[in-house]
Formats: sequence, C-alpha cells, structure tokens
Amino acid sequence: MASSSGNELSKGQGAEAGETERWASLVGGGAMVLMGLSQRSLRGVLMALAGGGLVYQGVTKQSTIQQAQEAIGINKSIKVEKTVTINKPADELYRFWHDFENLPRFMKHLKSVTVQNDKRSHWIANAPLDSSVEWDADILEDRENEFISWASVEGADVENSGFIRFKKAPGDRGTEVKVVLEYSPPGGALAAAFAKLFGEEPEQQIGDDLRRFKMLMEAGEIATTEGQPKGG
Amino acid sequence: MKAVCWHGANDVRVETVPDPKIINPRDAIVKITSTAICGSDLHIYGGYIPTVQSGDIIGHEFMGEVVDVGNAVSNLKIGDRVVVPSMIGCGNCHYCQRDMWSLCDNSNQNGWMEEKLFGSITSAIYGYSHTFGGYAGGQAEYVRVPFADVGVVKVPKDIPDEKLLFISDAIPTGYMGAELCDIKPGDTVAVWGCGAVGQFAMISAYMMGAEKVIGIDRFPERLEMAKNFAKAEIINYEEVDAGEALKEMTGGRGPDACIDAVGLEAHGVGFEDFYDQTKQKLRLETDRPHVLRQMMLACRKGGTLSIMGVYGGFVDKIPFGAAFNKGLTFRMGQMHGQKYMHKLLELVLDGKLDPSVVVSHQLPLEQAPHGYHIFQQKEDNCIKVVLKP
Ligand SMILES: [Zn+2]
Ligand SMILES: [Zn+2]
Repeated sequence: MASSSGNELSKGQGAEAGETERWASLVGGGAMVLMGLSQRSLRGVLMALAGGGLVYQGVTKQSTIQQAQEAIGINKSIKVEKTVTINKPADELYRFWHDFENLPRFMKHLKSVTVQNDKRSHWIANAPLDSSVEWDADILEDRENEFISWASVEGADVENSGFIRFKKAPGDRGTEVKVVLEYSPPGGALAAAFAKLFGEEPEQQIGDDLRRFKMLMEAGEIATTEGQPKGG
Repeated sequence: MKAVCWHGANDVRVETVPDPKIINPRDAIVKITSTAICGSDLHIYGGYIPTVQSGDIIGHEFMGEVVDVGNAVSNLKIGDRVVVPSMIGCGNCHYCQRDMWSLCDNSNQNGWMEEKLFGSITSAIYGYSHTFGGYAGGQAEYVRVPFADVGVVKVPKDIPDEKLLFISDAIPTGYMGAELCDIKPGDTVAVWGCGAVGQFAMISAYMMGAEKVIGIDRFPERLEMAKNFAKAEIINYEEVDAGEALKEMTGGRGPDACIDAVGLEAHGVGFEDFYDQTKQKLRLETDRPHVLRQMMLACRKGGTLSIMGVYGGFVDKIPFGAAFNKGLTFRMGQMHGQKYMHKLLELVLDGKLDPSVVVSHQLPLEQAPHGYHIFQQKEDNCIKVVLKP
C-alpha cells in the first residue's frame, strides 16, 4: 500500500515536473490536466477532462508548478490522495464502487448516498452534534472498469470532488485502486463542524475507508472488535 | 464468563466479563478447553508492550470446542474440536493465499498504527495489544474466532489437549524457525533459548536433516529437556562463553545456522515516543539484542540467522559489519501457523512428536496470576503453563 499527500505540491522548490506528471497521469492526459489546473481546483481538472477537446497551454515547468501550488494549495481546501492494492479484478471493484449507495458500508462518515439517476446522487454525511451535511453530486466522467470522477453541484454544504482509478497491478496482485478527493471547507458555523467531521488527519481517514473497502471486497466483511468482551 | 484480564505491569486478574458473541459472518465462538501462557505473554505481563489497555483479555495459544458459528462458516459445526492459530489471517488476501498468514492484509483493523510504525500492516494476533488488532485473547472460557472458516484446524476427540495445544503457536514457531535455516544434510544448527519454541525448533531441525543441534540457555531444567527430549548438545551460557563454546563444538567454523528462540519482546516498542522511556524501564532477564549480536558473531561465514524471537521496535548496536562481511543471510518473521498446522497435526497423530513433554504446570484458569508469576520468575522449574478454564 502506498500513500502520499497531494500536499506535496505545496512544498515549493521540491516540487518538480515529475509530480505534475504524476498528477497528470492520475487522470490520464497531461495536457488537459494542466489546462484544468488553471481553473484552480481538482474539480476544474475533472470538469475540464470531462469536457474534453482542450488545447495544451504552453507553460514553463516552473510556472506549471506555481499553477499547481495555487490550484492545490492546502490553504483553500483539503486534498487527499491514497492508493491500495486489492486482490480482485478491476471490473468487480468498479461495479461495487459505481453503485454509490454502497459507499456508506465502508466510509464511516457517510450516513447515506441515494442515487437519483445515472448522473446525479444525493449524499448525507454525519456531522458532530447529531447534525449532518448534505449535497448533490454529479458523475463527471465514467470509463467502465477504469475511472469514475464526480463533483458536488452548486449550493453544496461541502463543496467536494474526486475520482477513483482502477488499474491492473503487475503480476498476480489484483488491482491498484487510487482515490483522490478534494473538499472545500464551508465558511461560517459549518466550518468548525466540518473540521471535526474529517478529523485532524483526513488522509488517515480516507486510508481507513479504503482499507475497509479492501476488506469488504477481499474478505467479504470488515474486521472489527466492536462489541467484544473486556474486563473492567 | 471468566477471563484473564491485564491491568498493568505484573497485574493480571481473572474477572467475570460478558460472553463473546458472533459479530461478523465468518466468526465462530470456541469454548476453550486448554490455553497456554506463551513466553511472549510475559512481556505483556511485564508491561513492556505498548497499546495493551487495562481490561484487555490476553492469550494467543488455545484450543477448544466450537459452540457457535456465523452464517458464512460452512465447514465448522457446533461440537467440532479445534486448535486455533495465534495469528489471524483472512485467507483471501495476496499474502494469505501464498501461505504468508502472519502478513495478512485484512485482519488487523488498527492497521494505521502499524503502517506508521512498520510501513505496512501485518496480521492481527489474539490478545496481543491494539497495534496487533485489539482482539480479545484466549485465556478465557470462550473466545471469538474471526475468519474461522479458514484459520482453525479440526482435531480428533480421543487425544489429550496437551498433545495438540501447541500446534496453535509454539510448534509452528519452532518449525518455521528451522525451515528458514534451509538445512542441508550435515549441518549444525544452534538454537538460542530452550523454552517450548526452542525445543520444537531443535526437534524440527533434526527432522529436516541437521546432523548436530546445539541448545543454549541458562536454566538447568530447560537444558536438561533439550538434552533428553530434543537430543541436543547444550551450552549453559552462564557457565561458559557461548560464542567460544560454539566455535569449539564446530571445528572452529561456527554453526551453519542460528535460531533466535529467546522470544523476548520487551523491545517490542510500539512507537518511537516510547523508545527511550521503555529502554530505561527494561530490566530484562536475558537481554535480547545480546542474542542477536552473539548469533551474528558466532555464525559461520555464509550462514543463516533465523529470527523467531519477536522484535517489535528498535534494537541498538548491532554488529552489522560482521553480518555484511561474513555474507550472512537473515530470515525472520511472525510464524505462518496456518501453513504448518495440518502437517504438524499429522506428526502428532502418527506418534512422531509428543509435545506434551514441555508442560511443566497445569492450573485452573482462576490461578492464572500464579501461573504468570512462576513462569516469569522461573520458580518451581516452570517451563510451560497450561490453563484449564
Ligand atoms: Zn506465542
Ligand atoms: Zn489475509
């Protein structure tokens, strides 16, 4: 299992073209990603990709990094990137994930996801103090057994977007599953609730979610010790 | 039910706790008929293992009778007599499917701790801290067994527990220790530590074709057992320099392979934060890095070190130059019980191995605190304690 933070892009000097390319390769099609980055969000990237037919902007390496920093800087939003290898074929994993109503089974913060049509779904996440946050999301791009991207629509409590990519692992190891998510924390009273919602380490939470996804897919159940006896 | 609960250093209590129940579809509930105190339990007992919480039920070597199964378990039924391996494996991940059960991806729900510590997640272990999954252990009247459809081995009813119990942990640990040595006919194998795991490592080394096996310890009763039960030559390291003695016994070459069966996990330090603190706290009866160092110096050039004594954190001042320049091979890891249990059961059923020899004490579960005390202090010639719920 490998993991690295999208925040690396904000480390400035250390960020070389390799990382931009890495980001580009995540969604496949470097030129379009660079275009999307100028829209200053992952959502922009994904929308640009979904829109298709974009032209490469001639940018220097350094200014590309700057664009990336601006677009994916941690100040404005939370970016999480996590990969796990699952000992199952991609089509099986893709099918399970594609039914978004399955997601609350292993994503602890989701209360429910309701699929409304083949594009739109309604998401409810648990928030502290018995409250919840809700949003509608649209699928932006959907490549069978390979890639799904989505983004919240206008007026979401928590603006967010993300994609999942399924790629055959080398040898006999199953499928490499990569998830990239971006959340823009809401302002005002919701901001504090939001911070609690995703904890201090959103990366770890997404990692735990992905591990539960893997357990469910491989072992058919999620390992737990909740409810076992203990002395006092 | 009654269970052995840990409450702090040198403080275990037999308490009444709720009975375990089926939580996941692949669970089974086993009524324990015999459970052992393992050498590595002493380090939980001594308070050296981080992320053990007050009230945790401990114990990872046990057997008993199935009394309930989840709806996804079709190969076990109520009344089956089973031995349960100490490592919990899912049977479905890349590692389990290649018989590397202690490297299971899916059994340790607290994997994030290990990921920070080791860079990867390893399998859960019953009753062995929350870093290793936080599962309730088997020193109790009943235990919940996850992934019961793949882990456990069914055993016949007409053989006493004492001949079967150690198939759970001590025998496969010793057996794997010998297997990792890649023994060739004529080889000499030295085993540090003559407790139960060491005894089974020595016997296994002979079975795999070793010509000479040497057991190293300081307790006369264990050395006696190494001589009589495992047919080993012996070194009491309190009486002679073990390194020198090994050279003398191997024509000046050194053993072809060395097994660390000391099993002191007191350096099994969870997090870097605990490191200095724990190091100061340690007052170990046998300091374990000493064994590692001695093995590296004693082993012949091009030989193999097989490390089964469990290490959890960091070790200091290891003579790496010796290991490098002598071209040593290091092999190690938590044992893959499920890989060996069926084969080991055959050996017992065929009468080729009688593991009950290592049992020095049988006590009722209620006397677990006494059992821990005499095992830790090596009082009353204590080698292995079996608890009877
Ligand atoms: Zn053990
Ligand atoms: Zn597994």
